Amino acid sequence: MKRAFQILVSDEVLRDLTRRLTHTRWLNPPNHSKWAYGTNLPYLMELVAYWRDGFNWREQERELNRFAHFQTAIDAYDLHFIHQRGKGPGCIPLLLLHGWPDSFYRFHKILPMLTDPDAADIDAGVAFDVVVPSLPGFGWTKSPAEIEPDQPLRQYASLLRRLMKEVLGYDRFVVAGGDGGSVLAQIMAIDDPGSVAAIYLTDLGWNRMNIDPGPLPHAEKRYLEESKKLFMKESAYVMVQSTKPQTLAYPLNDSPTGLAAWVLDRFYFWCDCRGDLEKSFSRDELLTNLTIYWVTQTIASSMRMYRLDMKSPSLAAKDYVAVPVGLGLFPKDIGGIPPREFAGRTLNVQHWTEMPGGGHFTAWEEPELMASDLFAFFRTIDLPVRG
Amino acid sequence: MSSEAFTLSIPDEVIADVQNRLKDTRWPDELSGSGWDYGTNLGYLRELVDYWQNGYDWRLHEARLNTFPQFRVAMDNCTIHYIHVAGKGDRPFPIVLTHGWPDSFLRFEKIIPMLSDPTAYGGDAEDAFTVVVPSLPGFGFSGDPGPSGSIFTVQRLWNELMTKVLGYERYGAHGGDWGAIVTEHLGRSWPGHVAGIHLTEVSFIHSFQKPGDLSAAEQEYLNGLEQFQMKEGAYNMIQSTRPQTLACGLNDSPAGLAAWIVEKFQSMKGSDDLSKSFSKDALLTNITLYWVTQTIFSSFLPYYDLMHAGAFTWIGEKIKEWVGSSGVPAGFALFPKDNSHPPREWAERFFNVQRWTLLERGGHFTAMEEPELLAEDIRAFFRPLR
Repeated sequence: MKRAFQILVSDEVLRDLTRRLTHTRWLNPPNHSKWAYGTNLPYLMELVAYWRDGFNWREQERELNRFAHFQTAIDAYDLHFIHQRGKGPGCIPLLLLHGWPDSFYRFHKILPMLTDPDAADIDAGVAFDVVVPSLPGFGWTKSPAEIEPDQPLRQYASLLRRLMKEVLGYDRFVVAGGDGGSVLAQIMAIDDPGSVAAIYLTDLGWNRMNIDPGPLPHAEKRYLEESKKLFMKESAYVMVQSTKPQTLAYPLNDSPTGLAAWVLDRFYFWCDCRGDLEKSFSRDELLTNLTIYWVTQTIASSMRMYRLDMKSPSLAAKDYVAVPVGLGLFPKDIGGIPPREFAGRTLNVQHWTEMPGGGHFTAWEEPELMASDLFAFFRTIDLPVRG
Repeated sequence: MSSEAFTLSIPDEVIADVQNRLKDTRWPDELSGSGWDYGTNLGYLRELVDYWQNGYDWRLHEARLNTFPQFRVAMDNCTIHYIHVAGKGDRPFPIVLTHGWPDSFLRFEKIIPMLSDPTAYGGDAEDAFTVVVPSLPGFGFSGDPGPSGSIFTVQRLWNELMTKVLGYERYGAHGGDWGAIVTEHLGRSWPGHVAGIHLTEVSFIHSFQKPGDLSAAEQEYLNGLEQFQMKEGAYNMIQSTRPQTLACGLNDSPAGLAAWIVEKFQSMKGSDDLSKSFSKDALLTNITLYWVTQTIFSSFLPYYDLMHAGAFTWIGEKIKEWVGSSGVPAGFALFPKDNSHPPREWAERFFNVQRWTLLERGGHFTAMEEPELLAEDIRAFFRPLR
């Protein structure tokens, strides 16, 4: 049912990208530097020059192809995923779910640590069989443009469950994710607790912000209020993507510089980089992620997910996740670390780790921290494993 | 301060460059059958871009626009571009018309002759205006206002333009969108010069006030504003928080710029059909103006300033003074398909309302769609104030 897959972008697409980068019509004059008006222009100019002259996609492509990639058709979707077996017997099957504006690439650093913890000097006593899909509408998983699905995230959750069970043969497994991946993991756990033994989240998911603050104790109310204030300041992109994503898709699919500006803005403001983006991500990493969006032309479909979910939400603010939940929380993630009591209102919290550093991109920014924590939590979960 | 005559003259290479880019547009996909529900419709935009490549002729429009006498004047580190058309009549009354976003001075192209030469349109020479249409700082051929050029400083520029540059000691003012804010502020700041203000909306800045004694109609109006903000206001949020993040792509992709701008014309049009409300030529001339002047970023600055440059705080304090004010006479012409529908009592909290007209047709872009209706209302409002 699954077919081996290799990433191979055509020369023509790469040449076209270089040409567009060369002909960027820059805002002129670039008098608004720093990040106060959004993406810092001098920085963007530097990065775009490197994208054109220094960045080597073929090298990145070779690296990416060292993972075992597959595609499989389920219903109208052709899912792309990495499936990497863990070292040794008794591996725990783990599904890792990314968000926006990252991609399966979010997990490129953590993946080898999870399949071979010994090599990474992690004393785990067990390894994971890791599955990293590109979510529908991201990277090499196209989102069919003919359908406007009801509860799209619930449908994606069902696709991912079928990937794990029917395609890969894992009857019980665990799921970890952040951003959209957190919401999806929760839906999977609610809809099929028989298959999903436990989930690990790096944030509570956007739906929880809609909980009525009225009856909450002071600390939780304050957390919600602060989060909402932050939302007004930082979340214009959500408003655009959940009301008019198509309008924005035109410039971003036509201008690689425009795409870079839109995506980097989120990386900068959500990561734990203290004003220097490249403390958290190398140029090659930032550009590999951007190039994935560019060459697959998925910025439109990835943003569309916000509107699809807004029109037909799958997870209500108060839906309860009964399977064991581990939380690994990174201090610079959106809104900071929530009160544990607040998380406990909707999640069966069995594990709680406040990380010493890191932001919204979790496994990408602090792979060792997150890898160790994933082992610490999932090791405690009782599930039948591959012999 | 001396004005210099100005004519539009876009270099050939800029026109050739936009054509090259349009030809190269890399189109995204779209959810089939989604119309405009997810934003600018793909089929429509492709049609518009096709016409931009194969039917539209900027030079034709440039030549026509150059029949208007235009000038530029250096003021306060910001050059202001304006049209200045002398009225035909014995005593034409000076009036300054202020546009908004994402339109431009082109908003008033059709109404200028109706106001300056009413007899040519079946009106009365007694009603003639001398018409001044400036481009807001950061728009079109005006200069960049710089990082602190708040929209609330424009009133000072306009009053200087009207009194010192052009020598009109008494004048009227009209505006919509940002133009409504500028016009209102102009009237409040210079009551000795401004005879009256004519507006097509009660600016949204007043909705930051939440009086305790709202009528049912006022409550309904404020709810409507909030709904509009949730459904249609994302552009406002992104432009006021991350203008540069968005502008990088819009300044590099003419199809992208067209999508961003035309969405507003579609959602705030006065008729049920975009092509009935605006010709493709009119839409593209406005879009081309943003493209060739590379002003999409600077046109976002009023939004940004309102959020960041202390304007919110300033306006919060200022508006308290403005409640119950009975200053300069104000006239309102409200269009049924505009994005808010204030009741008269709401306007009366802030303005000395002398005229209140509910027009039968039209949307947010007022003078572009219904110039005759608007011209008639402006004439009638200023008749007793001349």
